[in-house]
Amino acid sequence: MNLKRKLSSIAVALAVSAGAVQAQVSDGVIKIGVLNDMSGLYADLTGPGSVVAARMAVEDFGAAKKGMKVEIISADHQNKPDVGSTIARTWYDTDKVDVIVDVPTSSVALAVSQITRDKGKAFLVSGAATSDLTGKACSPNTIHWTYDTWMLANGTGNAIVKTGGDSWYFLTADYAFGHALERDTEAVVLKTGGKVLGKVRHPLSTQDFSSFLLQAQASKAKIIGLANAGGDTINSIKQAAEFGIVKGGQNLAGLLVFLTDVKALGLQTAQGLIFTETFYWDQNDASRAFAKRFSEQAPRNNYPTMIHAGVYSAVLHYLKAVEAIKSDDGTKVIAQMKKMPTDDPLFGKGSIRADGRKLHPALLVEVKKPAESKGPWDLYKIRTTLPAEQAFRPMSEGDCPLVK
Amino acid sequence: MRHQRIAFGVMVAFFALAPLAMYPIFLMKVMCFALFACAFNLLIGFGGLLSFGHAMFLGIAGYGSAHAAKVWGLTPEIAILTGTAAATALGLITGLIAIRRQGIYFAMITLALAQMVYFFSLQANFTGGEDGIQAVPRGMLFGVLDLKDVWAMYATVLATFIAGFLLIYRAIHSPFGQVLKAIRENEPRALSLGYDINRYKLLAYVLSAGLAGLAGATKSIVFQLASLTDVHWTMSGEVVLMCLVGGLGTVFGPVVGALVIVAMANYLAQLGAWVTVVQGVIFVVCVLTFRRGIVGELGHFLKKPL
Amino acid sequence: MTEIFGVPTQALFGQLLIGLINGSFYALLSLGLAVIFGLLNIINFTHGAQYMLGAFCAYFLLNKAGLGYWWSLAIAPLVVGAVGVLIERTMLKRLYRLDHLYGLLLTFGLALILQGLFQFGFGASGLPYPIPAELSGGRNLGFMFLPNYRAWVIVASLAVCLATWFVIEKTKLGSYLRAATENPQLVQAFGINVPRMIMLTYGFGVGLAALAGVMAAPIYQVSPRMGADLIIVVFAVVVIGGMGSILGSIVTGFGLGIVEGLTKVFYPEASNTVIFIIMAIVLMIKPAGLFGSQK
Repeated sequence: MNLKRKLSSIAVALAVSAGAVQAQVSDGVIKIGVLNDMSGLYADLTGPGSVVAARMAVEDFGAAKKGMKVEIISADHQNKPDVGSTIARTWYDTDKVDVIVDVPTSSVALAVSQITRDKGKAFLVSGAATSDLTGKACSPNTIHWTYDTWMLANGTGNAIVKTGGDSWYFLTADYAFGHALERDTEAVVLKTGGKVLGKVRHPLSTQDFSSFLLQAQASKAKIIGLANAGGDTINSIKQAAEFGIVKGGQNLAGLLVFLTDVKALGLQTAQGLIFTETFYWDQNDASRAFAKRFSEQAPRNNYPTMIHAGVYSAVLHYLKAVEAIKSDDGTKVIAQMKKMPTDDPLFGKGSIRADGRKLHPALLVEVKKPAESKGPWDLYKIRTTLPAEQAFRPMSEGDCPLVK
Repeated sequence: MRHQRIAFGVMVAFFALAPLAMYPIFLMKVMCFALFACAFNLLIGFGGLLSFGHAMFLGIAGYGSAHAAKVWGLTPEIAILTGTAAATALGLITGLIAIRRQGIYFAMITLALAQMVYFFSLQANFTGGEDGIQAVPRGMLFGVLDLKDVWAMYATVLATFIAGFLLIYRAIHSPFGQVLKAIRENEPRALSLGYDINRYKLLAYVLSAGLAGLAGATKSIVFQLASLTDVHWTMSGEVVLMCLVGGLGTVFGPVVGALVIVAMANYLAQLGAWVTVVQGVIFVVCVLTFRRGIVGELGHFLKKPL
Repeated sequence: MTEIFGVPTQALFGQLLIGLINGSFYALLSLGLAVIFGLLNIINFTHGAQYMLGAFCAYFLLNKAGLGYWWSLAIAPLVVGAVGVLIERTMLKRLYRLDHLYGLLLTFGLALILQGLFQFGFGASGLPYPIPAELSGGRNLGFMFLPNYRAWVIVASLAVCLATWFVIEKTKLGSYLRAATENPQLVQAFGINVPRMIMLTYGFGVGLAALAGVMAAPIYQVSPRMGADLIIVVFAVVVIGGMGSILGSIVTGFGLGIVEGLTKVFYPEASNTVIFIIMAIVLMIKPAGLFGSQK
């Protein structure tokens, strides 16, 4: 992506014509703020790609034809909650932003959710993982779109125990997200009759995992569960291959792995890895067409991750809701979004629960062997599809104060 | 000192009038960081001690005040004092260890201590790990003034900042400040004049820690959030950058530096990956071309120390 | 099976060996830092970024020029060293007479620029680099499986460290270098081009970082951030060893690798912090570091 393109993506006025809906929308413009990590660890799986996805959603909705004026702005929260919350406040207070989307990093997402609630705006989470967003920190102004820790743990844990991987050893990143992932997976493993032989907690952003891998190897567990993310997951998988863990008969279970992580690892190293996603570009004609268009505009021509797909789907549904009630009042739009069934080319038909959880099927995927792959982004085989009702945590278990 | 009074007047007028034109939350952030940078500057600019671990005071005070306000339900002024007291206590403990070393070794030992505080913040239960303490209530100042109102909050932060600034200003120009400068210029000589240099250094260190804590405690009330970012070593680096850009050892430099750096972080956020590059370029340009910093160069041009 | 503190001795051997391997990287990197600090009095915060450059250089050589690992080992340090020389000539040179602080800040700024640019160009998740075919696989030592590549890392880095130590402490060239740091005017008077010597020293120190980067590439991801968190740890290693002490940085590098390895067994959460605890203790007891001499 060249610089000019990048700059133009910072503030794109997509439609300039005046029309019917506009009159009811505050200040005549619907302003979407894409807030995520543009420069750090998660820049590839969220970052500028999410801006591209949001822009595509606005185009596909046909905002211009319908006479709606939609603008997209974006910013980098650097994974710091105080930077993120300052940007969110500024956007709401002075830039007249109506809805914030994406926001990876749980701590930032929780902060933005609180601010959005105070200001009565709308917040569509795609990037963040914590299931607290629809649990004890749920809000009438927030919808958690793409995935969460409970769903990842449940999908992967269940499937692996059922196929015989019944003894586990956890390699957990020592912070709240890692702990949550470990806790949720452990519960699933125990419930389905497996056992946990041990766990080791490594500091965030560790370079060398060989010591931890050796401990995991010594435990003789069949499955080594990686309750970490990003660079930590990449390094643990890479070094597990080097130390012959998989050849020695143990298997790795990635609990949070994205398309870009697999790409970065290469199939040679990542092959056979099993994990859960909610979107894969090579599912059907619609998703393939989306991926092709996306990659033409994305940095380094990357293919979309599930977070990018989530941003697209969330923005599309948001615009439909705004059109339906002819208002961009955050609380009202979110209520309308929950009322309407969702339908888009990427996730198919779905719905949004009262606690703010978007429901759609989850995919259990396996990374292809190098020989099976036909193209640079042909990376997964879909093993099973979990129906939406089973994929996510039942509302009654979430402790969300809104639905008690 | 008349020009410094004028400069002070300009600064107060700026912060009093700026919210009419600029976003108040942004200005509050600037003031919190300005106080933090001034506290840091007290140590390096006047005591010649480069601390590479000042984030620990900012962070621990933030946690202290957030915890006091959220869990104990204390009023904001008591919460801020709790945070400040925590940072001061931490300053006393780490100061006793650190001030016995000089130069780069002092920097390193403060870095080491700050890393331990970071580890503590990550592991301790009450800090909420990397989620931090979220949704801290702003509460009622003295039980009467509702800080949810942005102007009430703004006035509180402005008053805190001015009070902290004046305390530092007073300290610099007191006999205590003169002794500090003497120690910075020539330690053996100050020693031979009969000053107990370690006590002076310790006092400066604890004062700096406490004021940095005041900044952190206030910040967590304003942003309703205390997080690991404020304890991380890069924050210790950022405060050095603020002082360097503004002018090390000048009275007003840290304030200008904080304004520049915070504005950059805020307005450059839209540039995405370029933020780090731009910050890097500023470091390099500062070191190569105007080492005195903005205020330092200005003072040099006017031939008056600012 | 015999146990020490609940850990089987066999497993402990494995962990010690792993510690030693990580120590090799600390030793190589801290050696470069120590050489630069010892002779230029500059705290080179760009070291982490230069390590990253080394790894990227290897990646480009492989994917753009078709030159494999062994070529990279020779070429990358030269290329990155040349970049270092350029930095020294254009910027660092002007700071020698100033406080340490300015050198530190300048190099910190450069590190940010390099990291930012690479991140922009290549993304955050990094690029894969394969283990060279000659060194793939591994052997079973009885108490652990040792990948051949890791064995090579220990041997190679020990050799480089000892060679450097030998050159600086035991040869005539080394004695010029050491003399030049004590009294540049005097050495200049003997007809030795001191500025050029300093320039080449910086290039050499940077080259060591790049070499470590090439060696790291097959183990870790080649990513823009690979040096960012490493730098302050390596920095701590140098301080513990004694700023500017060549032998100190080598011994401490390997030693701390082992200590860190053991921490990963007994208290894994603290494995990133243990080095700083040691640094604080060492500075309290021996202010100039374990091998340093107080001036």
